[in-house]
Amino acid sequence: MMNAVTLPIVNAARQISTLWKENIIKPITRSDNFVPDCKFEHTLEKAEIDVSGLNVSIKGKLILKDINLKIPEKKITCIIGPSGCGKSTLLKTFNRLIDSTEGIHVEGKVQLGTNDIINTQGNALTEMRRHIGLINQRPCPLPMSIYDNIAYGCKINGIHNRHMLDKIVEHYLKAVGLWDEIKNRLHTPASRLSIGQQQRLCLARSLAVEPEFILADESTSALDPISSKIIEELFVRLKEQYSIIMVTHTLRQALRIADYVVFMYLGEVIEAGDAQTVFHSPQEELTKNYLSGAFS
Amino acid sequence: MIALAFTSLLLVIGMGGGLFAKSLPILQEHSLSNLLFSSSWHPMKGEFGFFPFIMGTIWVTLLAIVLAFPISILVAVFLTGFSQKRIWKLVYPILDILASLPSVIYGVWGTLLIVPWISRFFGPIFVEYTSGYTVLAGGIVLAVMILPVLISLMTELFKTVPEELRDVSISLGATTWQTAKFVILRKTKAGIFAIVALAISRALGETIAVLMVCGNSAETPHSIFNACYPLSALIANNYGEMLSVPLYESALMLAAFLLFIIVLIFNLSSQLVLRYIKTNE
Amino acid sequence: MKWKFIEERIFRVLMHCSLWIVFGFLVSIIYTIFQRGCKILTWKMITTLPGGGFYIGGEGGFLNAIVGSLYIVGASTILGLLISIPIVFYLNIYLSSKSKFGYVIRLAYDILFGIPSIVYGAFAFSIMIYFGLRASLLGGIIVITLLIIPIFVRSMDEVAKTIPHEILDTSYSLGATKWETVGVMMRQIAPGIATATLLSIGRAIGDAAGVMFTAGFSDRIPESLSQPTATLPLSVFFQLSSPFPEVQNRAYGAAVVLTIIVLILSLSGRFITKYFSKNKI
Repeated sequence: MMNAVTLPIVNAARQISTLWKENIIKPITRSDNFVPDCKFEHTLEKAEIDVSGLNVSIKGKLILKDINLKIPEKKITCIIGPSGCGKSTLLKTFNRLIDSTEGIHVEGKVQLGTNDIINTQGNALTEMRRHIGLINQRPCPLPMSIYDNIAYGCKINGIHNRHMLDKIVEHYLKAVGLWDEIKNRLHTPASRLSIGQQQRLCLARSLAVEPEFILADESTSALDPISSKIIEELFVRLKEQYSIIMVTHTLRQALRIADYVVFMYLGEVIEAGDAQTVFHSPQEELTKNYLSGAFS
Repeated sequence: MIALAFTSLLLVIGMGGGLFAKSLPILQEHSLSNLLFSSSWHPMKGEFGFFPFIMGTIWVTLLAIVLAFPISILVAVFLTGFSQKRIWKLVYPILDILASLPSVIYGVWGTLLIVPWISRFFGPIFVEYTSGYTVLAGGIVLAVMILPVLISLMTELFKTVPEELRDVSISLGATTWQTAKFVILRKTKAGIFAIVALAISRALGETIAVLMVCGNSAETPHSIFNACYPLSALIANNYGEMLSVPLYESALMLAAFLLFIIVLIFNLSSQLVLRYIKTNE
Repeated sequence: MKWKFIEERIFRVLMHCSLWIVFGFLVSIIYTIFQRGCKILTWKMITTLPGGGFYIGGEGGFLNAIVGSLYIVGASTILGLLISIPIVFYLNIYLSSKSKFGYVIRLAYDILFGIPSIVYGAFAFSIMIYFGLRASLLGGIIVITLLIIPIFVRSMDEVAKTIPHEILDTSYSLGATKWETVGVMMRQIAPGIATATLLSIGRAIGDAAGVMFTAGFSDRIPESLSQPTATLPLSVFFQLSSPFPEVQNRAYGAAVVLTIIVLILSLSGRFITKYFSKNKI
């Protein structure tokens, strides 16, 4: 008797839910024409980093000496050099994370488009950092779900609309090729993903705040070869829209993907230029030695 | 040496056991629920209702936590996220001194400053008359007493959050406060609970200071402007006469046993959580 | 301006306020104590015994309390050191750092540290009654010793844990026995012992709830271990409850002395840590 009443209801409910899952019934949203990668205003005219006369010292010790560089737009720039040569410090200067180091002293000029990075302070600095994404050496998911990791950047910048966030999360997870792998467990903690997936998640998270620049600090060195290959390919694909600066330890990686190469040694830029030129006909003796594996 | 080390464990167990043994006589005479929930406290007539004292303890402790928690969390966030390291050198001595001041000094301060302030300025805004010796006075004094332990433990806790997490959040365009709110507080949720539990256990056992400012009337408080009588104050105040009244000693030892058990539970759970966090860093 | 920047501004202000509140509490406590006590405090007060009978007589000073505190603090600090140093050595030399037993012992000390002194006092008092002992200097010393051993063990253990195991290994490899290695370790944790001692003295001198039961109170300086004794916090507490302003004044004077002692201890603790951390490995 009970079954006769409840069964049709249950069946109907099941049908509706499958229809819903297959997107045949669509949720009605106010923002159906919302474009997930065009939500913040872009004030930068030219996403180029221009460094001139940059000196950085920590507790009186000069880490970077008179750096002059021009990092091109929408290219992959690789910074190479032996460890301890100041690559990471240079990278951290670009988004001013270096500020939290104790006893730091920065001199010189770093321009992002028309913005002066070194002299930006307070709220403007916070805003500026949004234009420069950062991918760490080790993937570093925030202590929240996969969904919230991607949505975090949007939430802190004032986007709270659930439908918009859904679209953003989907869009960027698709952009890094994670969507199909994890779409069913968006609300599980991000720390449960594999290391390679975590790194792609971090990339998606950075992209979600629409940066012009992406700084990658040896972002593949902690990953297995397959995952690092995926990240590399992503970078190559992403350079159509973003300017990417990569610090790398592996020369081979630089050879594979770099458009522009900066070689640093002991806090100085020894040589910078087109990847072809630097790799195949280096001008400086030091560069030649480094490329031939004389030191690493 | 092993024997000496072992005595610590023995002392914990012995203390619990001893106090329990001492409180057995009254437990045989009255049921536990009657003792805990009756409000009638007349030792001379053989009536021992602990309810007013338990409520007094809860009121004062809760108020202290409510007052001290936001202040300590803000200071700890400030110290770990907003300020330069040299500010620490100024703040730590302050916390040191606050932590080392004896509770009797806090009590004197309470009677000289807080109690008159409540009875003259703060109390009259809300109620017609208050003596000043109130839950509020006890809460404020206790809050100041647990501030140093809350702040220093929270600062330690927030320092365990990896630098990269902050960097990630900041490079996404978050402000320092947003980073603290969404990343640091979120990451350290369990630890914060443990620290609060630890602070509660400290506050529960505090005796002399609350004894001096709480008013000590054996009635269940109904607002923060009522006097109250926490368990610890009850024990301290009556030890002199307890030998002359039958079952009185046993009743006070039951109070001590209750205090011991509650403090033990809070303390043990928070210690276990903090240890777990420390090893899994 | 965006909401996140407004929020940041608000919380920055709140944080500064909290910091100032904490600082303000400290200033207010010290100011209140000194303002009330300094005009009363004379050299004569520190150097004479109270006259005219306890609680009612207003003459004289509180030398009894100072000497009583010195006795109790001195004896229990020495006892505490003698007991806790072997425990720390045992925990750090004989046990490996991953030992389950060590974990339990350390936890037990953390719990003992958290147990309120009123519970210590009640427990010790009930044992004293059991053995037919009266409140006495000895009782006070024992309770305070029990109270500060956890502080000793915890803070020395913190320092001992940071000693790199290579040093011990070097000592062993040179053919030293475990016992000789103790000497090596001793030199390493010397600053730890110093700060632990200061911490313990601070706690010992300020505690009132524990000795209230066990040391009793007396107008005279005790001549033997079995006589009751006054301590500074007890003298503040008891004399403050007297209806006579002269007696109360003595309490305020004693409060100033107590505060000064604690301030000196706390500041010198900071100095010692700083001094020793310069030439530590």
